Amino acid sequence: MSTPAIELTGATKRFRTPSGALHTAVRDLDLTVAQGEFVAVVGPTGCGKSTTLTLVSGLEEPTEGEVRVYGEPVRGIDPQVGFVFQQDAVFPWRTVLSNVMAGPRFRGVPAAEAKERARDWLGRVGLAAFEDRYPHQLSGGMRKRVALAQTFVNDPAILLMDEPFSALDVQTRALMSDQLLELWAGTSSSENAASVVFVTHDLDEAIALADRVVVMTAGPATVKEIFTVDLPRPRTVEAVRLEPRFVELYREIWASLGEEVRITRERGAGRAA
Amino acid sequence: MPLETASETAASETAATAAGKPPAAGTRTEARERAARNRKLTVYAARVGVLVAFLGLWEVGARTEVVDPFNFSQPSRIWDQIWQWVTHGTAQGSLGEQIGYTLYEALSGWVIGVVCGVLLGIALGRIRFLAEVFGPYIKVLNAIPRIVLAPIFLIWFGLGPASKVASAVVLVFFPVFFNAFQGAREVDRNLVANARILGADNRRVTLQVVIPAATTWIFTSLHVSFGFALIGAIVGEYIGATKGLGLLVAAAQGTFNAAGVYAAMTILAVVALVTEGLLTLAEKKLFRWKPADAGDGR
Ligand SMILES: Nc1ncnc2c1ncn2[C@@H]1O[C@H](COP(=O)(O)OP(=O)(O)OP(=O)(O)O)[C@@H](O)[C@H]1O
Ligand SMILES: [Mg+2]
Repeated sequence: MSTPAIELTGATKRFRTPSGALHTAVRDLDLTVAQGEFVAVVGPTGCGKSTTLTLVSGLEEPTEGEVRVYGEPVRGIDPQVGFVFQQDAVFPWRTVLSNVMAGPRFRGVPAAEAKERARDWLGRVGLAAFEDRYPHQLSGGMRKRVALAQTFVNDPAILLMDEPFSALDVQTRALMSDQLLELWAGTSSSENAASVVFVTHDLDEAIALADRVVVMTAGPATVKEIFTVDLPRPRTVEAVRLEPRFVELYREIWASLGEEVRITRERGAGRAA
Repeated sequence: MPLETASETAASETAATAAGKPPAAGTRTEARERAARNRKLTVYAARVGVLVAFLGLWEVGARTEVVDPFNFSQPSRIWDQIWQWVTHGTAQGSLGEQIGYTLYEALSGWVIGVVCGVLLGIALGRIRFLAEVFGPYIKVLNAIPRIVLAPIFLIWFGLGPASKVASAVVLVFFPVFFNAFQGAREVDRNLVANARILGADNRRVTLQVVIPAATTWIFTSLHVSFGFALIGAIVGEYIGATKGLGLLVAAAQGTFNAAGVYAAMTILAVVALVTEGLLTLAEKKLFRWKPADAGDGR
């Protein structure tokens, strides 16, 4: 428990826009995620949440500041990281099974073993009967579950999830949330407990799942406030929602977030005018 | 035409409902199927009709000397010419041999052009440095009207198939190259990011993400480019050769045999259509992962 799983110190990311100007997406961001911790990140749209995750994953380098994973500065992509993208990113030319096998195969696992592991995960996300389908033959929610299986099959110690359930209907969403908690709890018994950074727009989801909820400011993103969710585990999404402490937390976080959302909206309106 | 039919069916359906007698689901689908079948038959019949009318007018026009049969020939003579080639062979040897020669040249040129185009297109699409260095040269080469290279190739490579293959290659290469390049450029960044996170190295990203993603682009160019390969081979043969359909055209023209020119053209068209069909078949197999209507759209 000594070295944190993820450590961002003074991380700043600027992008060059097509017009040549610099656009700051993330500014001077400090965030620490302990090993085995589940952190939810909420913030107004476009503030820089996805960008923060790409910094942790190693897909992008910070312009300034430092990103560390298990104490090591991030250089390139760390094989311990799993990333469920906001956009659809399953391979359309591969079948469902082949999509889930992709990770282990890329990492040099023999085909037979990769297939076995992929089948196991397809079973867990409830898609065992669909392994021969192509992604275009699935519903949006099913594709998302393929993406989850595709990520989990690699046993990531660090799990970055960018609005993974936003494409799902309410029922499937609750089901998947509970399943995610179960999977995560399953890893926490081992010595290398999985750490999760979970971006969402759904406060209910954030509070129900996380140990801590990070509220980001209007863009460029930096940490505004961190709330510790002191609700007992194991939780189920449906039950925890009814606890008085949940409601209290919801109100506090909503107030904090609402202010940033308002700023973002006013800015958008100002630019449009 | 399809629009009209759609609105007609819709109109008749609303009429049926308005009459207060909603047709049973079973009969309605049946009726719809029957209508679709009839429509298909009508289309085919109309197509044949157009062809028959065209050939008939031509034939009658030629016989009554409204069109000059010496310059424009006539369908019956063209058919006789084809039949004569089929049964007695051409002056250069059997008809099959001529077709074989042309196909061989076109196919070799096509394969070489496609392979080079795809490899270079993907390489330049993936490696920015290469694109920046070679980009201007490729643009310049592309600006040359490549068909004028055919006589030069004849000088370089002689009367044999090599000069025709070369003409086909230069015609095929550029469209395939540009499509492969574009395809490699426009790969969904999310897919590449996902593959890298899942553990793919650069080689695997190219082989297992960029190439499959670019195949749609590449295949669009394959259809067009096979036509170009045939053109390259034919023009090459026309300018100078010992065998092939292009030579047949040239020889017929040399003896003022208009029927011969048209007959060779007809044979060419059939050959092109058959190969096009085979290509479509291969494409259907390769693109099983695509939604059906998107694939049929082209
Ligand atoms: N590659 C890029 N080039 C230029 N600007 C970018 C790039 N990626 C993101 N941005 C900008 O950075 C800002 C933050 O984007 P980001 O995707 O991180 O937002 P987000 O918080 O994930 O939003 P949402 O909740 O809507 O997903 C946006 O203003 C966006 O326009
Ligand atoms: Mg985002």
